[in-house]
Amino acid sequence: MQNKEETEKILVERDRWFQEKFSKRKAPDEEARLASRSALSAGVGRKDFYTPLDLSIDYLKDIGFPGQYPFTRGVHPSMYLGRLWTMRQVTGYGTPEETNKRFKYQVSQGQTGLAVVPDTPTRDGYDSDHPMAKGEVGRLGVPLDTIDDMERLFEGLPLDQINPALIESVTGTMVILAMYFALAENKGIPLEKLRGTIQNSCLANSIYCGELNIFPPEHALRIATDIFEYCSKYVPKWNTVNVGGYQITEQGANTVQELGISMAFGLTYLESALKRGLAIDSFAPRIAFYFTSGNNFFEEIAKFRAARRMWARFMKERMGAKDERSMMLRYHIQTSAASLPAQEAQNNIIRCTLHAITAALGGVQSLHVNSFDEALALPTEESLRISLRTQQIIAHESGICDTIDPLGGSYLVEDLTNKIEKEATDLINKIEDMGGGSILNGVIIGIKSGFLAREVMETDQAKLKAIEAGEKVVIGQNKFRIPDEEEPNVTLMKVDPELENIQITRLIEMKKERDNTRVKKQLDKLREVAKSDENMMPTMIETVKSHASLGEIVQTLKEVFGFFDRVQII
Amino acid sequence: MKSKGRIRILIAKPGLDTHDRGAKMIARACKDAGMEVIYLKPKHTVDNIISAAIEEDVDIIGLSILSGTHMEMCSGMVDKMKKQNLNLPIILGGIIPKSDIPLLKRLGIKEVFRSGVHTNTVVRWIEDEVKGGR
Repeated sequence: MQNKEETEKILVERDRWFQEKFSKRKAPDEEARLASRSALSAGVGRKDFYTPLDLSIDYLKDIGFPGQYPFTRGVHPSMYLGRLWTMRQVTGYGTPEETNKRFKYQVSQGQTGLAVVPDTPTRDGYDSDHPMAKGEVGRLGVPLDTIDDMERLFEGLPLDQINPALIESVTGTMVILAMYFALAENKGIPLEKLRGTIQNSCLANSIYCGELNIFPPEHALRIATDIFEYCSKYVPKWNTVNVGGYQITEQGANTVQELGISMAFGLTYLESALKRGLAIDSFAPRIAFYFTSGNNFFEEIAKFRAARRMWARFMKERMGAKDERSMMLRYHIQTSAASLPAQEAQNNIIRCTLHAITAALGGVQSLHVNSFDEALALPTEESLRISLRTQQIIAHESGICDTIDPLGGSYLVEDLTNKIEKEATDLINKIEDMGGGSILNGVIIGIKSGFLAREVMETDQAKLKAIEAGEKVVIGQNKFRIPDEEEPNVTLMKVDPELENIQITRLIEMKKERDNTRVKKQLDKLREVAKSDENMMPTMIETVKSHASLGEIVQTLKEVFGFFDRVQII
Repeated sequence: MKSKGRIRILIAKPGLDTHDRGAKMIARACKDAGMEVIYLKPKHTVDNIISAAIEEDVDIIGLSILSGTHMEMCSGMVDKMKKQNLNLPIILGGIIPKSDIPLLKRLGIKEVFRSGVHTNTVVRWIEDEVKGGR
């Protein structure tokens, strides 16, 4: 940035400062400190001190302006000056009615986006009345057995004006999406008016936040691709995948692995859709990402900036996208749940605040801030409100949103951005090489062989060892800790077990009362479509309209696609 | 009579929840400490876990539950084991509110380790428990 004469001057002065001042003050355990620091983060090297000399950057090529390729400084020209990120706290528990009440409470408190998480039976393709679902209905999310539940969930919310995220990636992803679309059609709302997101990131869940008994990756990709194709034609404002990096990091990955693996997955969805014959710019603008933001403040901020630049370059250079919207990486963040200890849980309010500031400084589009009691139970109304207020205070009181990409040009942040981009790109290249030049093949090999899961597991174990050795400090857990018996009690959310019975009873009744001949006919039709190359989405929408249940639909698909058992590594 | 050799531990997650990071950490720590670890993938019923414990002739069962279903799962497990006259210590880890621990112990759960516990603490506890029981 500076001319040669200036550079020389800085160089001389830096060396003098180092000799005369800094080197004399270095801590005695300097080596140990540096070693532990590199073990804690991605291994992305960080210096003690930066000057302009540490930054070799081509401003226009590598950084540029917000809303302009390569989008390092943000995807929108005016960023938060124009519009704040969407405040999207995730909800789901009990019954659809209970969750609907929670939605309305959140909206009344100023939340600007909805996100719904189904319970574990729903995510696994079991109806609430299935023996495997016993005790789990409505515990970690909301049960969505049929279109009736979708209707109860969104009761009183105008589908043509809201922008919900449906958090489902595993067996039921297409069923849940079809329920939402079918509900809109039943209400006379044209699909092209709908805005929202289906998570649909089948690959992330096939290794990490470890779903089992799911469709094999090839079939999961077919489902994802059917959704891309259908939405690009009929629901153009819908985000068709939220490529998961969150699940990867929460299983223990570092920032480089989060970016490298999630981008490899993103490129795999693209490759799969291109194979289908879709034109890149017809579906790529509707791809979004889902990241985490954790404790390592500057490294996380650099991760988001690197992510935007990497994706823009991949889209332009590898994929040949022409539409700038295909090159814009938009993302949702859920702050890191795995970094919230159960000990002295109230301290997590401070951690969550740091994570949320990181998200805002990184340029996020949509944000969920975890609740401090996350390590103990689902959030209560109060803890959820604190999370929302955390976002609101940062957005409206801190001044962070008054300047676009306020850390742009920081020697440290720009240097970290470069390093993370380079290392994550190396990992992607490694995966591509494993697949003999195809990312899609490399990812499938990486999943099936357990390579990707093992890489993450090793990082996680190293992190655990560092915490247990006290090298990585966790306040209230391995340092500055009050005794167990002095820990204050936290009021926890309790889900009324009676809600499970309500859900099961009415599902059983509904299954008796509906037109079962029609249901059977639809399921048979779906089976035939699943066996063919035809896009399953239109039939899926008709099938959920018949009141066929998610469990029945998934069972039908399982008969065609079979199962994939994740490689288990310990 | 159990052999006096290495400790055999079954580590499992009952139910549909798949957050298995903690279970894997404990499994790895037990393995590193020289135990034989039988690690079940997530998504097993209580019945499956009991059959596996019998089949593998383990000394102790470790359960990991993060879904808030620990009361139901643990009471189901203890009841079924009693019916089968299977007298094995069960330890539990995961997202367990402190206030539930006395209840769980009354049910018959030997020890509860909440998240954040040092893996050495767990390993040493298992060694003492199993050796003491032999």
